[in-house]
Amino acid sequence: MKRVNQERALTILSPVAALIVWQLASNAGLVNQRYVPSPLSIAVAGWDLALSGELAQHIGASLRRLVVGFVLGAVPGVFIGMVMGLNRWVRAALDPLVAALYPIPKIALLPLLMLVFGLGDGSKVVVVAMSVLFLTIINITVGVLQLDKIYFDVARNYGTPWPKLFRRVILPGALPTILAGLRISLGVSLVVLVGAEFVASQSGIGYLIWSSWQTLMVEQMFVGIIVITILGVLSTLFLHECERLLVPWRRD
Amino acid sequence: MIKIAIDKLAKSFGDDDRRTVALHDFDLSIDDGEFVCIVGPSGCGKTTVLRIVAGLETPTSGTVTIAPGSATGHPQNAMVFQEHGLFPWMTVVDNVAYSLEMRGIGKRERREQVMPFLEKIGLSRFHKHYPRDLSGGMRQRVSLARAFVADPEILLMDEPFAALDAQNKLILQEELLRIWEGSAKTVLFITHGIDEAIALGDRIVVMTAQPGRIKEIVPIDFPRPRSVAELRADPRFGALELSIWRMLEDEVRTARRQEEAAS
Ligand SMILES: Nc1ncnc2c1ncn2[C@@H]1O[C@H](COP(=O)(O)OP(=O)(O)OP(=O)(O)O)[C@@H](O)[C@H]1O
Ligand SMILES: [Mg+2]
Repeated sequence: MKRVNQERALTILSPVAALIVWQLASNAGLVNQRYVPSPLSIAVAGWDLALSGELAQHIGASLRRLVVGFVLGAVPGVFIGMVMGLNRWVRAALDPLVAALYPIPKIALLPLLMLVFGLGDGSKVVVVAMSVLFLTIINITVGVLQLDKIYFDVARNYGTPWPKLFRRVILPGALPTILAGLRISLGVSLVVLVGAEFVASQSGIGYLIWSSWQTLMVEQMFVGIIVITILGVLSTLFLHECERLLVPWRRD
Repeated sequence: MIKIAIDKLAKSFGDDDRRTVALHDFDLSIDDGEFVCIVGPSGCGKTTVLRIVAGLETPTSGTVTIAPGSATGHPQNAMVFQEHGLFPWMTVVDNVAYSLEMRGIGKRERREQVMPFLEKIGLSRFHKHYPRDLSGGMRQRVSLARAFVADPEILLMDEPFAALDAQNKLILQEELLRIWEGSAKTVLFITHGIDEAIALGDRIVVMTAQPGRIKEIVPIDFPRPRSVAELRADPRFGALELSIWRMLEDEVRTARRQEEAAS
């Protein structure tokens, strides 16, 4: 336990140390403040944005799209992936489809999606959902297929009925892969969301970054970059915590 | 009364060009309540026989007929797998109680039934641990307990003591004999240890190298109840061991030649 705490402390301390070095470098004139402002000036810009309520509004817009898009992609993704992993016929039928659609960078479909779903939240949510969907399908399928055959043998030998086979063997067996897959999906959905907000949005962190760049408000731009980074870190931590709770037999 | 009748069993794996004939013309009748040990060179099809009897594999040809048991509520068979196959996501108690859970027995009662078995295998202290906390030998013991708890008519055991140290092996051999003597179970027991087969079995089936057939069946008529440790001191024990080794020796050499030719 002590070691875990030390590791946690280190994960917090090392970015703080980096910030201090950055500030000192800025003060010393080692970094060009026109491109890379100092942490303090970014903090001031962030404070202003927060006070005006603008920041909360952008974060809210991004989070809403992220969560809705992620859930819309992950839930059917987990389901389809499970069925594909368990049933060779479904797998044979869907494999070519997934293999063909997966490599398309989903952001490339954004203009098309905007035609279909309009300029509002719809198109952004859908582009996130699509990125998550295929990644999740592939991860879950592999997770189920990787389950050692011996577990199915044991289950069969002890007369496990299908619902219990799913709940006691397949689901826990595939859970580590499922959670790892979801973590990757979440990272990708952040990337796609910011990309979509750059070009086709009037709100959201991506919009904040892009519009600040257009008006040369570099500090604000950095506020956006930092907020999106924190969002990414927090979501990863959240899924890590889920893993710790849901996969206790893997804890180390 | 015959419990398991194996008739002209054959099994091949793979397609025409990469075909492995694992079993060929395997005939064996096992009496109700009999303890039969199978020895044979590695890769001769011992596990395959067991898996077919367990219904986990379908034979290419031939049949396995199992007489229905008189008492209800017992599963027909439980297998102790060579690679133990504990569920990593279940604690030791849950693994051992798996058959009870499948029968719909409640959590508290499962625990009550399982704890004496955990004591028998010397792992009650570890009941809340996950398998990854256990050594190889401990895992093997848990998988034994899992099969005992299921209380089946037929125990199918695939080298169950292979991963154990000598002392634990001896204790569990004795324990297995006690459990078997006090029950009407039929046991089919695979081992590489000729001494183990002699100490435990009513009969020893010696198999040929691949494709596996029966080379010889040796009856072992040491009186029951047996003590494994005392039996070893019996002069007839050594003589039997030697004669069975002589039967096996050629087959082991053939198996090794086959393996080298294949690679
Ligand atoms: N699922 C499978 N697919 C292809 N070949 C198999 C399969 N299972 C077993 N075999 C082959 O059948 C033969 C017999 O295998 P089996 O596992 O029954 O041997 P064994 O007597 O149990 O060996 P060991 O003592 O090493 O456990 C081996 O040559 C093996 O390679
Ligand atoms: Mg084997």
